[in-house]
Amino acid sequence: MAHSRILGTGSYLPANTVSNAMLAERVDTSDEWIVTRTGIRARHIAADNELTSDLALRAAESAIEASGVDRADIDLIIVATTTPDMMFPSTACILQEKLGMRGTAAFDVQAVCAGFIYALVTAHGYIQSGMAKNALVVGAETMSRLMDWNDRGTCVLFGDGAGAVVLGASDEPGILHAKLEADGHYQSILNTPGRVADGMIHGSPYLHMDGPAVFKFAVKALSDIAARTLAAAGMDKAQVDWLVPHQANLRIIESTARHLGLPMERVVVTLPEQANTSAASIPLALDTAVRDGRIQRGQTLMLEGIGGGFTWGAVLLTF
Amino acid sequence: MENIEQRVKKIVAEQLGVNEAEVKIDSSFVDDLGADSLDTVELVMALEEEFECEIPDEEAEKITTVQQAVDYVTAHLNK
Repeated sequence: MAHSRILGTGSYLPANTVSNAMLAERVDTSDEWIVTRTGIRARHIAADNELTSDLALRAAESAIEASGVDRADIDLIIVATTTPDMMFPSTACILQEKLGMRGTAAFDVQAVCAGFIYALVTAHGYIQSGMAKNALVVGAETMSRLMDWNDRGTCVLFGDGAGAVVLGASDEPGILHAKLEADGHYQSILNTPGRVADGMIHGSPYLHMDGPAVFKFAVKALSDIAARTLAAAGMDKAQVDWLVPHQANLRIIESTARHLGLPMERVVVTLPEQANTSAASIPLALDTAVRDGRIQRGQTLMLEGIGGGFTWGAVLLTF
Repeated sequence: MENIEQRVKKIVAEQLGVNEAEVKIDSSFVDDLGADSLDTVELVMALEEEFECEIPDEEAEKITTVQQAVDYVTAHLNK
């Protein structure tokens, strides 16, 4: 079977930055409350006319350029998103048109904050099986559109953005081991239940979350799957150069690192200035650390994420 | 071997970042020791690890003081 490896990374954040202090002007909250519970200081919010596919386009162009792969040689586009431009067609098809591409297989993956991990592992499977050679994998979100700005427990947590990688067939790995898991019994602690029918939205169109329940489930699931992924690859945590986790809450990240026995010096954290960008957070963190020189070629990375569903997954790879 | 009360107090002090001497048997995590909602979740997780037990969410919500934590652990440890 073919191996797959990340050939290039890219990301994009909308220009408009909203600080905690700015949020506190319209929501009953404070910078101190948000920082101590979440570690978040600011988030980027997309302009009204900026759609998920627009963010995806900027991140995708940046990743394609970094990869050195010719656009014509990309034969698969997967977009992980919870906030698609429309019911259908998929954001991946809209992105394909914006990239000026035709014919390439294109579809969305919906696994909320674990979406990028699900999309990356899906692309890995296509490449391993020979069904694709070069895959564009994007996590893109406009989570701000699901916020109830009167719910101070959720609206302070999320931001907009996009990240992307080009994953290509390779003689050497690349992805060493990957795991995807889900448990639909936990739907109720994190969801946006609204559905479109009869020309209107039935049920709430806002994001709802039971914070403490999510916190506990996330820490347990993330530390557990990371440990099992390492064991399955026959590797030890000491061999992991960087943990690149989903950026939901600094205390979840710190607690997971502590359970795994990894010092925070080896964890990529972009949360304070970006908040939780759902499926975009892992490729955003990855691209940030690649471009600022922390992550180097040949290093071992553990990517892991968890989201509504619940869905979660981990990918161990040589960059 | 330390008794359950001492072990619980030690974990509470570690998790909430307070001096062990401040942790009394009737201390409330939120009112007396300054815990927030996520601190209490982490505290329950630390108790689960220390005493190798699962504390269901509906039971965990009722554990708001050191005494309640000691009582829960005592009642469930030998089962």
